[in-house]
Amino acid sequence: MRTLIYLFIGILFGITMFKSEAASWFRIYEMFKFEAFHMYGIIGSALGVGLLVVQVIKRYKIKSFFGDAITFPPKEKSISRYLIGGIIFGLGWALAGACPGPMFTLVGAGYTPILVVIAASLLGTYLYGFLKDKLPH
Amino acid sequence: MISIYEPWPWYVSGPMIALVMFLLLMVGKNFGMSSNLRTLCTICGAGNTSDFFRFDWKTQKWNLVVILGAVIGGYIGAHFLSSDLAVVINPDTVKDLKGLGFESAGSAYLPSELFDRSALTNIKSLLTLSIGGLLVGFGARYAGGCTSGHAISGLSNLQLPSLIAVIGFFIGGLTMIHLIFPLIF
Repeated sequence: MRTLIYLFIGILFGITMFKSEAASWFRIYEMFKFEAFHMYGIIGSALGVGLLVVQVIKRYKIKSFFGDAITFPPKEKSISRYLIGGIIFGLGWALAGACPGPMFTLVGAGYTPILVVIAASLLGTYLYGFLKDKLPH
Repeated sequence: MISIYEPWPWYVSGPMIALVMFLLLMVGKNFGMSSNLRTLCTICGAGNTSDFFRFDWKTQKWNLVVILGAVIGGYIGAHFLSSDLAVVINPDTVKDLKGLGFESAGSAYLPSELFDRSALTNIKSLLTLSIGGLLVGFGARYAGGCTSGHAISGLSNLQLPSLIAVIGFFIGGLTMIHLIFPLIF
């Protein structure tokens, strides 16, 4: 039953990524060129509603559908890992035009070469795990 | 009246993403897609060479189901909910992209130079896709999250680390488009 709920949420997410064009390489390029409001509107309004949702859940201690407390794991403090990691991610995001959610949406949409991006991102993740202890965090 | 078959405007798309995050919170989970890449590495046996991949991947099965849903959602979006796949971007952007050799700008969902099946036999396209993917995977794990985990979940929870990561995303993206693209395309 819970698996079906996760699947439903994923389908909703996939449809949203495709129909919002956030999964389009062209939209990512256009965003970094500052030539349209579209992507900024998406991220901004998702964030605006998201902020409201999180603050309401925290203030009124809203429980999950299953009656458990909702927790927000805090991110560990650091500057270098977020800045350096973020810059590396951004370089790839602009080049491949897809981040880790939309990548999977594009598989379903039928663009075979996205599998190359996914395979390479798995390799990148693996490399990070391999080099982790040698990198500044 | 906007039809569901047309591209969704930002003010529908953004709140829908927030709804996805809300639903995940309400089933006791957190919205973050790139951790699936780590889980997939673990399933492929990466734990043999690195501690980072030694964890019980079954605790992350729910998130793999979410990306399976994202695949199905992509299929539904492309095949049943779209009448025209062309992404209408700014005409200046189209002109600019055509100058770089992306002829399909303005008339396709993705550039045919990178995402048509013929790209699989083109060295330059393959390199672009692989290097892009490699950086995304490496960077997302280094930064501890991607667009969903930092820009949406983290910032919604007013996390300073997420703000630093998102600033990094933009420094990287702007560098790629404005400084590196003119050199490689």
